[in-house]
Amino acid sequence: MSEGNGTDPLHVPDAPHRPGDQAGFVEWPWSPGDLDKPDIDCDAPETASLAEGLVRVLGDDNKASGNWDPELSVEQMISGLEHMMRLRIFDDRMMKMQRTGKLSFYMRSFGEEAVAIAQTMALKNQDWLFPTYRQPGAQFVRGRDMVSMICHCIGNEMDNVKGRQMPVHYTYRDGRFISVSSPVGTQFSQAVGVALASDYKGLDEVTITWIGDGASAEGDYHYALNFASIFQAPVILNVVNNQWAISTHKNFASKNGNFAVRGLPYGIPSIRVDGNDFLALYSVTAWARERASVGLGPTHIEVLTYRAGAHSSSDDPSRYRPSDIHSFWPGGDPIYRLRDHLKEIGEWSDEKHQKLSERIDSEVMAAYKEAVKFGDLANGPYPSSDAIFTEVYENPPWHLEEQWDEMKTWRDS
Amino acid sequence: MMPNMNMVESVNNALDTMLSKDNNVIMFGEDIGYFGGVFRTCDGLQEKHGKHRVFDSPLSEGGIAATAFGMGINGLRPVVEIQFADYIFPAYDQIVNEMAKVRHRSGGEFWCPVTIRTPAGGGIRGGHHHSQSPEAQFTHTPGLKVVYCSTPYNAKGLLISAVEDNDPVIFFEPKRCYRGPFYGDPHNVPTWSGHPEAEVPESHYSIPLGEARLAMEGDRCTVISWGAMVHVCEQAIRDSGISCDLIDLQTLVPWDREAVVSSIQKTGRCVIVHEAPKTSGFGAEMAASIQERCFWSLESPIERVTGWDTPFPHTTEWDYMPGPDRVAAAIAKTQEN
Repeated sequence: MSEGNGTDPLHVPDAPHRPGDQAGFVEWPWSPGDLDKPDIDCDAPETASLAEGLVRVLGDDNKASGNWDPELSVEQMISGLEHMMRLRIFDDRMMKMQRTGKLSFYMRSFGEEAVAIAQTMALKNQDWLFPTYRQPGAQFVRGRDMVSMICHCIGNEMDNVKGRQMPVHYTYRDGRFISVSSPVGTQFSQAVGVALASDYKGLDEVTITWIGDGASAEGDYHYALNFASIFQAPVILNVVNNQWAISTHKNFASKNGNFAVRGLPYGIPSIRVDGNDFLALYSVTAWARERASVGLGPTHIEVLTYRAGAHSSSDDPSRYRPSDIHSFWPGGDPIYRLRDHLKEIGEWSDEKHQKLSERIDSEVMAAYKEAVKFGDLANGPYPSSDAIFTEVYENPPWHLEEQWDEMKTWRDS
Repeated sequence: MMPNMNMVESVNNALDTMLSKDNNVIMFGEDIGYFGGVFRTCDGLQEKHGKHRVFDSPLSEGGIAATAFGMGINGLRPVVEIQFADYIFPAYDQIVNEMAKVRHRSGGEFWCPVTIRTPAGGGIRGGHHHSQSPEAQFTHTPGLKVVYCSTPYNAKGLLISAVEDNDPVIFFEPKRCYRGPFYGDPHNVPTWSGHPEAEVPESHYSIPLGEARLAMEGDRCTVISWGAMVHVCEQAIRDSGISCDLIDLQTLVPWDREAVVSSIQKTGRCVIVHEAPKTSGFGAEMAASIQERCFWSLESPIERVTGWDTPFPHTTEWDYMPGPDRVAAAIAKTQEN
């Protein structure tokens, strides 16, 4: 028999703040301009300071600085701001509708609006997007009609997912936005395959994918890094570290709290970026795209942000963290930061902001009214239940034909 | 008067009972620690038993299963949660090739007394990935025991048996029945309050693995089911007006063949109902065994009522899940000969 070693049993981490605690974060030691942009043909070790630090462009003074500044035009920045505002207003409207039963479930991107929007804007239209459920905003950038998005969420006759998946599980092939799957992490390694197919075909296409801090504990994350590195896939691998996986704090996904550095031992240039800084995100992604495009392989990016809202409409974060905690996040709010930068450079005003907000609000309302004409989850009509049987295979085999007939008998009786 | 518990509470009570009774019981899974689980089945257990006995795990089903395996072969009795049965597949290799086989492969030197709890089944608008009922993926693996509870009372008694068992057990909890029985009508949402199967003793008790429960007694047909479908069958039998034995299988491996055979020898007719797809479903195994044992007693072909051989839908799930109408028609069909 072994003897006791005298230590406490099991080391189990905890979240830094629980309900009732005073929320707060250590101030960031990183400022814009701290980190230089390396040459695109750099190797992984040359990016160590970028992985250990934090790329920022927008400073606390609302000015853009440093050589990571992408020097976007005012029109590009206003376009980014508009997409982010649209996503937030859209999310709020859908959440209200979820509470009335018009959809079964919803997930907002609150606090993380910049992630998919800035990153998708930094890509080209031929590039593939392989998202999680927290990157629906990319579809706005790719021009998806809001009515179509709402029809999916409310599960009506016009749902292009045909009533098969829960809300927010968008698919939008025209925008090269690949179907969202619920099991977390699976897309990350699949995206490497998408990228390698483009490479095989000799096309100038880059694939971008995202995974959460929590899901980076899945094997898929590690498969992705290894395959991407070995085959030098033209892929941009983002870990969106929003600190929470439902109630599970990122301390259960990483001992030292840094996800970016994990790319280095795989030989992948790796960067950590302020995920609420639109300009920094854009710039880092454009840099990664250029590397992938000229055959230099993958880039691994930790997008540091904060899940400001609940995981989903089924979640109540006040049970496991202080309710106001997101308001203390050192990265602030991605929409306000870009707005304040535009104001700082004299290209925006509170009046313009208010007007834009009102315009988007009425657009979202109009889209919603249009979408519910085709039904909603509370009242139907739904997509035909024939869609249960179609597209299981390319062509239904005999046993499905038989069961399909049986289902129709019951449905129509 | 026994306390009246819903299934969330009785699962919680079973876990609490086992944590109190056996210091080697240890629990982990996604969101089960501080938060108490997304369905609240582990609520309060970390606070009561300590962070080293009930804790959150990384989001890694393969890691959860592998770690439970290691703890199990080194003398602990892990009870782990896979948040939804749909998410169990990253753990499949660890369960099927490792847990299920270690006793055998090591010549009996190592064994793995792990219980894997997982909410399963549809009826909550969960679409493809929050609705599946993958029991047959595990009944096909020698070395695993497979349990599917259906009521607060059997949830507690079976879960305690699963935890106390020295073999790995996959324990399915029908999530649609956590807060009330499900009779197949989405607009009728009863609670467990006042239901006889919600009378759950606070103290330790167990229901042996491998024993079925006779949920209703009759003489003209034997209806066999498990999980949420047991209640759908109960409704169907009432609707049909035909006197039936309703056998709630409770344990799928090893299943209570004796109870099934003796019932069918009495009724001469049989309907098997499960929510999972038909092809290679556990109903197929039962039908094959029943014809081996009851061929000369059967008065009509064995009927199966199951989910379709398709992914589980979201908006149209009521056209997917077997309802009382389909089950009642199958019962009636067995009476034709």
